Amino acid sequence: MAEAVFVVSAVIILVGAVGVVASRNPVHAALFLVQTLVGVAVLFVLNDAHFLAAVQVVVYAGAIVILFLFVIMLLGVDKAEELRIEPIFGQRPLAAVVGAALVAVLGTVVITGADVLTGLRRAGGDRALDGDATDIERMGRVLFSEFAFAVEITAALLTVAVVGAVILTRRTSRSDGSTSAETTVRET
Amino acid sequence: MDLAGLSTGWYLALAVALFAIGGLGLLVRRNPLVMFMCVELMLNAVNVAFVALGAGLNDVGGQVAVFFVLVVAATEVVIGLALVVAINRRRSGATADDVSLLKG
Repeated sequence: MAEAVFVVSAVIILVGAVGVVASRNPVHAALFLVQTLVGVAVLFVLNDAHFLAAVQVVVYAGAIVILFLFVIMLLGVDKAEELRIEPIFGQRPLAAVVGAALVAVLGTVVITGADVLTGLRRAGGDRALDGDATDIERMGRVLFSEFAFAVEITAALLTVAVVGAVILTRRTSRSDGSTSAETTVRET
Repeated sequence: MDLAGLSTGWYLALAVALFAIGGLGLLVRRNPLVMFMCVELMLNAVNVAFVALGAGLNDVGGQVAVFFVLVVAATEVVIGLALVVAINRRRSGATADDVSLLKG
C-alpha cells in the first residue's frame, strides 16, 4: 500500500516539476507548482508528519502560490513566453550538462551514503518518533526546548522580511516626482 | 505505519530528481517569477529528504528542519516578489537578463 502511494505521488510530483520548468505561461507554471506541493504533502503524510502536511498545503499551496499568482496578475505577465528563443548562446546545452552533473553527484551521494545515514543511530527521548505523543506535540516540545533560540531568530527573520517588503514596494511621492521604490532600484 | 518495503533510498532518489529539475529550470528560464518557482521546487526536494531521513532515523529533528525551511521559503518569496515588483515598476516585462547590470 505504502509503495503504491509513494509511486503515484512521485509521478505526480515529477510531472508537476517538469510542468513548472516547461510551461510557457507563468500561471500554468504556478498551477503545476501546486500539483508538486500537494504531492509532497502526501509524502509527508506517508511519513507520519501530519502537521507538516497540513502546513505544506496551507502555507505553500495556499499562501505562497497565491502570492505568486497575485504578482503575476499585478504585473500583467500572464501571457505566454516564447521558449524557443535562446537569449544567451549555449545556455541550454550548458544547463543540461550542469543538470546531468548535479544528478550524477547527488545520485552518487545517495547510493553510497544512504545505508550509512539510515544506519547511524536511532533517536530516543523527546525526539523519538515511535512514542505515544502526536507529531505536533513532539515538534512543539523540541521546538521550544532544544530549538528555542532558533525559533526566536526565525521571529526576527520574519519581522525583517515584512519590513523589507514594505520598504521595497512603498510608493511615496517626492518633490522631484520619483518614488522611493524607483530610488531603491536605481541605487541598487 | 509499516514502511518496511519502502526504504529511505527511494525518497532520496525522488529528492535528487526533484532538486535536479528545479536547478535545471533555474538555469534555463528567464522569467524571474518562474525562477522563484524553481527555487521552491528545490526547497521541496530538500524537505522530502529531511522528512524521509527523519523517519528513517526515528528522529523528529527532520520535521523541525522542514519547519524552518518553510519559514525561510516564505520570507524568500516575500522579498523576492517585492524585488520583482520594484524592478517591474521601472521597466515592465523585465527578464533576469535585463537586470544583469544591477543598475537602472
